[in-house]
Amino acid sequence: MGVGMLLSLDDFSADSFMVKGVFSFEIGGQTLWITTTHICLILVVLTLSIFSMFAKRSMLKAAEVPTGFQNFVEMGVDLLDGLVKSTMGKHAGAFRNYIGTIFIFILFSNLSGLLGLRPPTADYGVTFPLGVLTFTLITFNKFKYQHVSGVIKGLMSPWPFWIPINLIGDFAVPISLSLRLFANVLSGTVMMSLVYGLLSMIAYAWPGALHVYFDMFSGAIQTYVFCMLTMTYITDARTTDEG
Amino acid sequence: MGFDQNFIYGCSAIGAGLALIAGVGPGVGQGIAAGHAASAVGRNPGAKGDITSTMLLGQAVAETTGLYGLLVAMLLMFVKPFQAV
Repeated sequence: MGVGMLLSLDDFSADSFMVKGVFSFEIGGQTLWITTTHICLILVVLTLSIFSMFAKRSMLKAAEVPTGFQNFVEMGVDLLDGLVKSTMGKHAGAFRNYIGTIFIFILFSNLSGLLGLRPPTADYGVTFPLGVLTFTLITFNKFKYQHVSGVIKGLMSPWPFWIPINLIGDFAVPISLSLRLFANVLSGTVMMSLVYGLLSMIAYAWPGALHVYFDMFSGAIQTYVFCMLTMTYITDARTTDEG
Repeated sequence: MGFDQNFIYGCSAIGAGLALIAGVGPGVGQGIAAGHAASAVGRNPGAKGDITSTMLLGQAVAETTGLYGLLVAMLLMFVKPFQAV
């Protein structure tokens, strides 16, 4: 079969892009699995820790005119600070650290697909907590800045019987945020494993172009979108009628 | 009931294909956004950076509905929720 030669279906199974268990252990009768997601997460966190250690060391002996690594670190911090400042305005100060952290974390998670790892963000167990964090921040800031009366007034706009719909709208925020990130990264992972699994006979060099799109472009855009939406929602929650 | 396992898998595959019709909407929407962004850059070339980032943000949000379709298709194909027990 001619197609069978090109599309080597025999070598391919859906397992190649699923989360795989590496080893399991038992605690109190429960079997817990350490999966590829855990390992990639640990790798990403280790990379970021080592990077930040080097960044701290280069900033301790910082020069007036930056060179080399210090230049790179300052550029990154400047970029992230500018992004937060331009989106959140006067609320930027409190959220610089948080937004910068999740930006770098999600970016490195998405980019880890370049190294042949399974991106941790292609696991709903990683993106959903990120969405829940955003939801917690939104709710906390809403109650802190608009007080209980403002929150109830917001729920009852435009009419009191609109409460269920407004509640659904509030709870849809973390779900849509996390599903968007998850589905984008997962679709890239599935595409790449289809290319490598089905076209393994001719998959030389040219999948690099696909990696640039799915891992780098799409990953960077989704990181940007996640952080932008988080900032927009938080700014919304912090803005009262008085300004 | 009396359904064959292969019949269920076949119908799941058809359902997955139908779910991906959801990709039409975001495609049209993103095209409209890109077209308007292009004309905006034509009118005001100085604001190219702002227009591009706004366009990309809007497009990424518009993409969500299509991605829900993709998720449904993937669930039908790989998680197989309708297996005969």
